[in-house]
Amino acid sequence: MAEEPKSPTPPSGEPKPPAGQPIPGSVQSTPAQKPAEKAPEKAAAATKPAGPTPVPWESPLVAKLKAQYGSGVREANTYLGQNYLVLEPSITNEVLQILRDEEEFDYCVDVTAAHYPKREKQFDLIWILYSFARNQRLRVKTMLADGESFPSSVAIWPTTNWLEREVFDMFGIKFDGHPDLKRILLPEGWKGYPLRKDYGIIQQDEEWVKTNLGIESGQ
Amino acid sequence: MTDPTTYLSHLELGEPDKTFLDSNELIINMGPQHPATHGVLRVILKLDGEKVLGTECVIGYLHRGVEKIAENRTYTMFNPYVDRMDYVAAVSNGLGYCEAVEKLLNIQAPPRANYIRVILTELNRMASHQLWLGTHALDIGAMTPLFYTFRDREEILKIFEKYCGARLTTHAFRIGGCQYETYEGFERDVKKFLDFVPPRIDEYEELLTTNRIWLERTRNVGKISAADCKALGVTGPVLRASGVKWDIRKAQPYAAYPEFQFEIPTGANGDTYDRYMVRMQEMRQSLRIIRQAVEGIPEGPIMAKVPKVMKPPVGEVYHSIEAPKGELGYFVVSDGSTQPYRVRVRPPSFVNLQALDVMVRGQLVADVIAVIGTLDIVLGEVDR
Amino acid sequence: MLEYITSYLGMNTTPGQAGNVFWAVVYILVVFGGVSVAVIAMNWLERKALAHFQIRLGPMRVGPHGLLQPIADAVKLLTKEDIIPDEADHFVFWIAPLIILCASFTVYIVIPFGPTHAITDLNIGVLFMLGVSSLSVLGVVMAGWASNSHYPLIGSLRSSAQMISYEIAMGMAVVSAILMTSLNKSGTGTLSMIGIVEAQQQQQVWFLFKFFPLGFVAFAIFAIAMVAETNRAPFDLPEAESELTAGFHTEYSGLRWSLFMLGEYTAMIAVSSIAVTLWLGGWLRPFPNTLTGPTWDLVFSLLPGFTFLALALIAFVGVIRMPKHPYFKIQTAGLAGFAAVLGLVGIVLFIPPVRDRIQDIFWFVAKVAVFMYLYIWYRATFPRYRFDQLMKVGWKVLLPIAIGVLILTAILGVVL
Repeated sequence: MAEEPKSPTPPSGEPKPPAGQPIPGSVQSTPAQKPAEKAPEKAAAATKPAGPTPVPWESPLVAKLKAQYGSGVREANTYLGQNYLVLEPSITNEVLQILRDEEEFDYCVDVTAAHYPKREKQFDLIWILYSFARNQRLRVKTMLADGESFPSSVAIWPTTNWLEREVFDMFGIKFDGHPDLKRILLPEGWKGYPLRKDYGIIQQDEEWVKTNLGIESGQ
Repeated sequence: MTDPTTYLSHLELGEPDKTFLDSNELIINMGPQHPATHGVLRVILKLDGEKVLGTECVIGYLHRGVEKIAENRTYTMFNPYVDRMDYVAAVSNGLGYCEAVEKLLNIQAPPRANYIRVILTELNRMASHQLWLGTHALDIGAMTPLFYTFRDREEILKIFEKYCGARLTTHAFRIGGCQYETYEGFERDVKKFLDFVPPRIDEYEELLTTNRIWLERTRNVGKISAADCKALGVTGPVLRASGVKWDIRKAQPYAAYPEFQFEIPTGANGDTYDRYMVRMQEMRQSLRIIRQAVEGIPEGPIMAKVPKVMKPPVGEVYHSIEAPKGELGYFVVSDGSTQPYRVRVRPPSFVNLQALDVMVRGQLVADVIAVIGTLDIVLGEVDR
Repeated sequence: MLEYITSYLGMNTTPGQAGNVFWAVVYILVVFGGVSVAVIAMNWLERKALAHFQIRLGPMRVGPHGLLQPIADAVKLLTKEDIIPDEADHFVFWIAPLIILCASFTVYIVIPFGPTHAITDLNIGVLFMLGVSSLSVLGVVMAGWASNSHYPLIGSLRSSAQMISYEIAMGMAVVSAILMTSLNKSGTGTLSMIGIVEAQQQQQVWFLFKFFPLGFVAFAIFAIAMVAETNRAPFDLPEAESELTAGFHTEYSGLRWSLFMLGEYTAMIAVSSIAVTLWLGGWLRPFPNTLTGPTWDLVFSLLPGFTFLALALIAFVGVIRMPKHPYFKIQTAGLAGFAAVLGLVGIVLFIPPVRDRIQDIFWFVAKVAVFMYLYIWYRATFPRYRFDQLMKVGWKVLLPIAIGVLILTAILGVVL
């Protein structure tokens, strides 16, 4: 499959081994290394390279950004054939603008977030971008602390309007400069941000449920 | 509950009007219960007489917290939940998720499984487009195509039922391949379907394509330019009808699509009629793909060697497929345990629905319903 | 008294013209009853035909093949709660459906089912008909206004705008038909409905085929305009559920709503009758002049009987195909009875005295029935026009063509 013509083939680009035994590969600072780190007994895995690992991504784009921002670009890797950048929050907005204007990433596929409560910078804010001209996908990631807000990308890609509203709705990350930042999937007046890890799976905003739906138990 | 003017704050309403008669602007609510909004969607329209000045969509009535559920289920346990999002095209949802997790696990489904996946996915694309055609025509006033398309969709649902037991939310695929071998007579049934359906598609076209009233209702209605589509992130037949020849099955192929020959239909104007024509032609192209697939299914296993307890290595992956409605993407983050750390579903209908505002500005109220129909949204996917 | 009644029987004219009140009242009651039965039959036919167009069966359970469904619907509507909105204007709310109904029924006074089978024959029949049928617009506006809610108001204004616009095109088409009546030997035209059909008989051509294609175009304009007049598909935006405003009859429930439906079907039959009278030769049998002679007369006079026998045969086939299950005994018996009644009527229609009298009425009703079927066919096939497109068609397309046809008819009439 012709995905990213500019990136080097990662070691996982070879015919994939049929054995799906997960081999520990290290990525960035995610907590909870899985306990089952036993090496596979199967002979097939012993001679193969150690499974998918993020590989540094060399490209003119990365070189340009590194030249411009230096340490702001924390990582530029390729994992399983997908390129991603990890940036400092302060420069991310500018980099996104550069990506849209100069690097032809004119389609913002998605904006989303992930919550890592044990980290100091708890939130991962992720943009998935695509360039029609180059047929390339790119992920841009940045880390935010709890309560930190981020400039909105609506001026760059109008599609992020609802996408950022959903991130706000689910995680509580505020976007400065968003024209209409309010909840989108949950009702107005709901308290709590469900996709955070400290929000229970069957937890609901009981007060809202009681007042608006008239259900006494609040569920 | 809440004052409607707060919803429309971004439409520059200005001072609230003193009396109803003073203003020449009317705020009308197309409420969550409405025969034509294809699910629970609330659209607040700001009108000047009959002309639409702005819209605001209120969604979330069908929000079920699918992404949160994913964090509490193992990878295989989450598979059935995925069908329930775009319940009309459940097979595509399953395909996207299984392929995303397979990427994460670094395994590939065997070729036979890929062919079966393609056949079922394309059948589902046909079923989804048929349902779209019936409901869209019904909104515009033509009552009869609905019954014709549903009757023909029955044949597809019968094949699904014979294959995996369910008609609508099929859970057809598993991570690593397919669980069920094709049943005895699968190829024969599919070939019979391939012969049965093209005259039916001709019948739908005969009723609508050159019908003068249909042309007047759909030409120049809901126009959106290619640049707007790209900026708004609109994908799928809407993007193709605006002239952009882009289909993930060709641009970033997955499953067995590289081995098939098919065309990508595009339109010129980006109006409702073009979207109608694009989808009709997509139906025919789907038949072409199915024919190629069913004539060349390779022998072999249908399931890759997947561990019983799936623990993908720590990492994240984004994989998207061309669902009938647009680009359906799965962003799966694994922390090495048996349960995904985060599953984000990038729903095509959610992003396409944003474009509603741009598409109906300056059009009449009756067109809003036509445009909602032509965007082909499924609220299960919009809200998840 | 008895003389008064029997004195009419020898006359060869309509009761209205003869001044015979008793027989006028009898004719009125017969027409009223006939139209009501026709409306009920139309309701059934619409549901069955629409269903068959959509590959489904329609009502099957209420009577054999749903024949009793309209009666069940009527009973349901009669027993429904009569809801009047609090803020509604009660008097206007009550009178609006009555106005529509009265306007639609009054048109039947002049509709001729035969050379003397009409309630009366005004010598301004066409003018009377056009004027009275326009009164239903008043009822529509009153219904929307009295509901005191802005959706019905918008719907009723749209509906009335639609009706008014298409009346003009209708009128122009009607005038071209009137012009054709003056082309007979005496050189005088007539506005009376019976006179129009007699003119067609004299000129030995249905006005549909006169100055072909002018007569046909005028007929087509009238046919399209009458669909718009009666708010039927494809011009039924004001009463469609999937559009925003649900129409002027939103706030009406139960019997009041059924009066609207009754008025709509009655108006449909009325305007179809007008179309039949003006262009399709009214009560004249097909080919009145090319296939003449006693044998052809006999053949055509046997057709009513044969029609009913054919219907009885179809019903009988339905009886045979009924499922052989104890649950279906009553339905099978009912359908067999219905088939028997149809057959009996057919046989009665073979008796010579009945045969001669029933000819005109039969052909008239048959032609109107074709129109009714066309109405249902349009509803099944066409999408709906958007309101502005609807008005555009009425004013920018139909009206210029109607005026053109009128002028051309006038020129040709003078020249030829």
